[in-house]
Amino acid sequence: MEIGLAHYLTVAAILFTLGIFGIFMNRKNVIIIMMSIELMLLAVNINFVAFSSFLGDLVGQVFTIFVLTVAAAEAAIGLAILVVYFRNRGTIAVEDINMMKG
Amino acid sequence: MVVQALAFYLFAIIAVISAAMVVTVRNPVHSVLFLILTFFNAAGLFVLLGAEFLAMLLVVVYVGAIAVLFMFVVMMLDINFVEMREGFLSYLPIGVLVAAVLFVELAFVGGGWVMTDAKMAAIAQPVPVGVNNVNAIGMLLYTDYAYIFQAAGLVLLTAMIGAIVLTLRHREGVRRQNISQQVQRQRAETLEIKKVPVGRGI
Repeated sequence: MEIGLAHYLTVAAILFTLGIFGIFMNRKNVIIIMMSIELMLLAVNINFVAFSSFLGDLVGQVFTIFVLTVAAAEAAIGLAILVVYFRNRGTIAVEDINMMKG
Repeated sequence: MVVQALAFYLFAIIAVISAAMVVTVRNPVHSVLFLILTFFNAAGLFVLLGAEFLAMLLVVVYVGAIAVLFMFVVMMLDINFVEMREGFLSYLPIGVLVAAVLFVELAFVGGGWVMTDAKMAAIAQPVPVGVNNVNAIGMLLYTDYAYIFQAAGLVLLTAMIGAIVLTLRHREGVRRQNISQQVQRQRAETLEIKKVPVGRGI
């Protein structure tokens, strides 16, 4: 059986959906929410590489490198903010993060 | 061809199952470990797609750096993770609903996508023939995308400085080394030569 573009897009769609699902489910744990964001970025990367491979266009793979860079920066900054927040408040529950009254 | 299909289904199924475990398991440490498993299987999918460089990059960057960072933070914070799970079931219906709607939308977008000759002609950088993947990406990244590559480096630098500035704290009562003060110290202020008479102390 031939593995086509649609197979990879389906896997990426399922991973993206699981990321969204994780954000909705874990309303108390910011760490799991950040992991869900990483899952969604991974799904986007799979889409980029799948299109790049099946269309023979290399730009998708170059762009994936940049997405990877931004994901790394986002994880580092996000976890730093999380550590500072935990140091100040003693909790990481999302519902308690209301200091800015937003 | 059969081997390739089997490998695809193996990687895809393990990736999806472990991604589901990431968002549902009770213990965040297990969650991070399942995240690592997902990244490994995604790297396998990348190898199947012929993007070996990105597969290795995924393992090095995600598993080697990001997942370990998550592991550090999960183990460093002293949190009761059992009460973090409260409200999981109450959010289940809306979560499933939103996920299902999103998946159907993605399926419609993916299913309605067709390749035409006009799109085929618009390909910006065709994969060169007879050049391996790393070489081809390098030729593109350091020429056409050099400025964006530098900008990506700046993003990483900003993230590094930001993370250090955010988490660095100066505690009171800690003796710190002042290097410039040490270097500028003169002999006169540290040494004092005294004549000691024989047979008597100072």
